[in-house]
Amino acid sequence: MVAALPGNGALVAIDRVFLHERTGASALNSLAEAGRTVVDPARVFAVTDHIVDTRRGRTDQTLMPGGQAFITETRAAAKAAGITLFDVNDPDQGIVHVISPELGIVLPGCTLVAPDSHTCTQGAFGALAWGIGSSEAEHAMATGTLRLNKPKSMRVCFSGSLSKSVTPKDMIMTLIASHGAAGGKGHAVEFAGDAVRALDMEGRMTLCNMATEFSAMSGFIAPDRKTFKYLTGRRYVPKGAEWDQAVESWKKLISDVDATFDAEIKIDASAITPTVSWGTSPEHSVGIGGTVPENADERPLEYMALQKGQSLKGTPIDAAFIGSCTNSRLSDLRRASALLKGKRIADHVQAICVPGSSRVKREAESEGIDAIFREAGFEWRESGCSMCFYAGGESFRSGARVISTTNRNFESRQGPGVKTHIASPETVVASALAGAIADVRELL
Amino acid sequence: MAEPFSILTSRPMPLIRDNVDTDQIIPSREMKSTGKTGLADGLFAGWRYTAIGGRDPDPSFVLNDPDYADSQIILGGANFGCGSSREHAVWALAEYGFRAVIAPSFAPIFAGNCVRNGILPAVLDADAIAIIEEANCPVTINLATQKITIGEDQNWSFPIDQEAKAMLLEGLDAIDLSLKMAEDIAAWQTADRATRPWIYLGAKQ
Repeated sequence: MVAALPGNGALVAIDRVFLHERTGASALNSLAEAGRTVVDPARVFAVTDHIVDTRRGRTDQTLMPGGQAFITETRAAAKAAGITLFDVNDPDQGIVHVISPELGIVLPGCTLVAPDSHTCTQGAFGALAWGIGSSEAEHAMATGTLRLNKPKSMRVCFSGSLSKSVTPKDMIMTLIASHGAAGGKGHAVEFAGDAVRALDMEGRMTLCNMATEFSAMSGFIAPDRKTFKYLTGRRYVPKGAEWDQAVESWKKLISDVDATFDAEIKIDASAITPTVSWGTSPEHSVGIGGTVPENADERPLEYMALQKGQSLKGTPIDAAFIGSCTNSRLSDLRRASALLKGKRIADHVQAICVPGSSRVKREAESEGIDAIFREAGFEWRESGCSMCFYAGGESFRSGARVISTTNRNFESRQGPGVKTHIASPETVVASALAGAIADVRELL
Repeated sequence: MAEPFSILTSRPMPLIRDNVDTDQIIPSREMKSTGKTGLADGLFAGWRYTAIGGRDPDPSFVLNDPDYADSQIILGGANFGCGSSREHAVWALAEYGFRAVIAPSFAPIFAGNCVRNGILPAVLDADAIAIIEEANCPVTINLATQKITIGEDQNWSFPIDQEAKAMLLEGLDAIDLSLKMAEDIAAWQTADRATRPWIYLGAKQ
């Protein structure tokens, strides 16, 4: 904290800013038009991920009408501002919340902001990472700070251990389903407990990713040996004696044993089952064996063409999508491919896998994962945000029912009239194989 | 710099649905340029027009109800503005002519974006909002006194943090304010470099 501000506010130092092409040019141009400069360009990064084409042989051309201008204008603005851009065909290109950890840009104890709501993903490293709007991005770049009100604190403790085939995606969807999409409103949420400690770093990112779907300011997990091991040797992490010094300081980033929180939630991880959404908010989710609630609102039911009391399992699907900042990392693709190996998805299902970064794609290909996906009937794409959201370009066909590893099942999120069911990669694979929403545990 | 917000009187437009997300307020497909303008036509496009991408008004959607044509206030449901951080949602609301949203709760990024653009996010409980909806008459929002009033004497207080209140009342530019603290920031960074040198990625000083 640089200085206290009147009331509950503080001027807080911002250590890292990450932009993307959907809003990056807008923020950088607006800053320049106001006659302001990026105060420390070495700590500002940008990437082309949101609307970039994910088909092979891609260029600046996009399927989104006018999308090319977002890419070229962001490139020009990034160059003018002197910030580092991971461009369309850069080997380090990928979804912002996948590549920032890969490159060691996010670090424990740092503050990191991006004009992207899923920036909370990076709280998995014990960073305070949160999404902001364009004006705040300009503020952070121009001043190296943000004006922030101290958020309330919440701890969500997942005790026990997860059952087989139950994943961090199911943990966060269960939390949101049980406490509501506004359940974490404005809080900084610490995820804790044995089931969280047991997760690898990629699983922790999935968990923190949907803190914004819980209306939290951010989510975070105290750093530990897994965190330090993951970061070791990555490009932007400290080196030599500075690394040792950093790790020593990061080890202290744990909540006191007797810490008190403004709110606390306890969840028994062993009771969580594979979870799938039925409606148009992530809070509209149930265990795979469950049914559409009797008290469901009419509007989401009508949009999703479902009935109260209807079983989710067995509902026919038209498409399956694996990708997004929630579930597109190497471990996600490994688990999905292990289930797909030697099998073939249902004939009527359109299935697409979009690796979260160009690095994830290369590593997956070196393990033969791409071949498994292709042979099973999936398309294998270049990395990017892709069909997680519809920007006017590529989408699933109007009215299609899609099972998706993404984070938002909003109306028309994946295309006009598209009905999205969010779930884990395992559930998406099981459903793609069955041609209908399926329980992955019955596949084994 | 946003227009200062002091006292606003307008008949509010009811859009009482929980979890109105920013994809609905301004669909991504309506964000056609890197600028901050030209967004009003895309406001609530998915609900406002009869077809995706079309421009034929759907008369059943409240934004097309002539009774609310001049409304500057939205009465919303819980978790208003959830989802994507796109500030375009707020730019679209402002360009269309809205100056305030009254809702039981807001998504934090959306609320911050509102304040930066001179739109008041006023939190009121759902019961009070139901009364205002039922009354269907002009309401007066007084930011200085933090009161929302209908009729002669029915009023409710709403909370707002001191910083947001000052920003809205005076139409302040946050960057200008913070740049005035440049010396404090520089001094803080000098000290911080000694304890967290790894944060500073540029040339070592």
